[in-house]
Amino acid sequence: MERMASHYRKSGGRWLGSGILRGMGVTLKNWIGSYFDPSRLVTVCYPGERLPLPENSRSFPFLIYDGDDPEAGLRCVACRICEKECPPECIHIENERDENGKPRKRPAVFDIDISVCMSCQICVEVCPFDAIEMDQIYAISTNARFEPLRLHKEQLLKPNEYFRELSPTRSAAADARREAERAKQAKKKEAGKKG
Amino acid sequence: MWLVIIQLKIGIILTFFSLLFAVASLAERKILARIQNRRGPNRVGPCGLFQPIADGIKMLIKEDVVPRKADRALHFLAPIVMVAPMVLLFGILPYGGGLTLVDLEVGLLFFFAVSSVSELAVFMAGWSSANKYSVFGAMRAIAQMVSYEVPLVLVAITPVMVAGSLSLVHMVEDQAGYAIGVIPNWFVLTPWGIVGFLLLFVTSLAEANRTPFDLPEGESELVAGHLTEYSGFKYALFFMGEYFGIFAGSGLAVALFLGGGGAPLPLLQWIPPYLWFFVKLVVLVGIVIWVRASLPRMRIDQLMDLCWKGLVPLAFVNLIAAAIWHYSGGGWQGWILAGGLLVGAYLMLNRVVLRSRCSWERKYYLAKS
Ligand code: SF4
Ligand code: SF4
Repeated sequence: MERMASHYRKSGGRWLGSGILRGMGVTLKNWIGSYFDPSRLVTVCYPGERLPLPENSRSFPFLIYDGDDPEAGLRCVACRICEKECPPECIHIENERDENGKPRKRPAVFDIDISVCMSCQICVEVCPFDAIEMDQIYAISTNARFEPLRLHKEQLLKPNEYFRELSPTRSAAADARREAERAKQAKKKEAGKKG
Repeated sequence: MWLVIIQLKIGIILTFFSLLFAVASLAERKILARIQNRRGPNRVGPCGLFQPIADGIKMLIKEDVVPRKADRALHFLAPIVMVAPMVLLFGILPYGGGLTLVDLEVGLLFFFAVSSVSELAVFMAGWSSANKYSVFGAMRAIAQMVSYEVPLVLVAITPVMVAGSLSLVHMVEDQAGYAIGVIPNWFVLTPWGIVGFLLLFVTSLAEANRTPFDLPEGESELVAGHLTEYSGFKYALFFMGEYFGIFAGSGLAVALFLGGGGAPLPLLQWIPPYLWFFVKLVVLVGIVIWVRASLPRMRIDQLMDLCWKGLVPLAFVNLIAAAIWHYSGGGWQGWILAGGLLVGAYLMLNRVVLRSRCSWERKYYLAKS
């Protein structure tokens, strides 16, 4: 009660109409101030100027490849973990098959329906091969409702350099993980040779 | 010959107000943006100056959607009925300096009679749209406009009493001249005048459906009120009618209380009176925009409370104060008597409102105080 009364007094409630005058004073100060102090204008002229995105911002997943050739450097091994984990089930993967119909460890089809994707990043978290990561593109538009929103492998593939630029921290961590994994594999191989 | 002159005058007045409409709609967006720490329209032309032209073209070529169940004739007529009376109002405003179009003996009466036609337009729009939001908006608008007509007329009577005429031109003549050589004799510089001016300003805001009284089109509850089913050029006409209403209301305030085309200082009398009239009018329109940026929308019950419990009694007290002023012959006796009465009324209202506000106390059951 005490606090309420003091708050009321502070807000200029002693005289009828004084609150209105104070409010109009605030807006007047804002208006005139905006012509002298540009830092008052907090918005940017969007398509021309853009604010830098925070590193952890994310929109939709994309697939990473190493080197220059998307097909050769493809990290994804079509293990289909992400397909199973994706909550809205918007990932669709089909393995490549050899002549005998045996599945190879490469995806022939890798589609993500971004009209369904909810940007939860679970696919990224579960992927054991750091093959899928979150993109930051946000100005997206298509001319139809369904087909163009279903991104195919060709559209999803982006080089590792792109990811490095996008998110230095996460990409450095991923690179270190992959390096360590490779070293371990090499050691294993050597040990296997010896044994 | 006189026909040509009259047509010239009409041309000048209409051009001025149409231009002012364009400028005001841009200025409103710009000022609102600045006040809200934005930049406002800045794409079309230098600093967005051609935005009204782009908006006009857009409005003209937009599809005109009429709901299937709408009453087509009324739906078509409503925007016209909205704008036409507002244009008529410009004809009787006393611009002075030879630009005054007609000096009606019953100018003030004409003003109120014609301006209340716009209420009809609002209800036509709401009813013919066959949309519940439209009807609700129109009902609110009618309730608001009819209620606020009462204090508006009561306030406008005070200058009539003092000047002894309904003619706006006569009223402006009554405010000519300067006291002790410098202070203009405007009604706003008397105790009943300043109160009357404020009351007139508030009520004409409500009459024009402007913030903080823009309930009829409160988008949070009514989509756009009676404008819900309007698009394209018809919508633009409503918009224009609303702005013209603001201009006419401001013009009335200028004529009744701000001395019409009178210069604020004797030194500045070389500037023609109609320019002074327009300057004062533009300043008032600026204040209307400023108020819109500052005050939140009221609730419908608060709106009615303000009218019937606040403005109407105050208008009556002001009427008495003006009478006292008139019969005490102005001067210091007038200031003491009329001023004292008005200050007393304010203090009493202050007490009543503040005490009623403190009579309830909110209980917070979960939050620790
Ligand atoms: S971000 Fe979430 S919803 Fe989108 S594809 Fe990955 S797991 Fe599925
Ligand atoms: S993206 Fe990763 S989790 Fe998904 S199929 Fe490829 S390797 Fe497996």
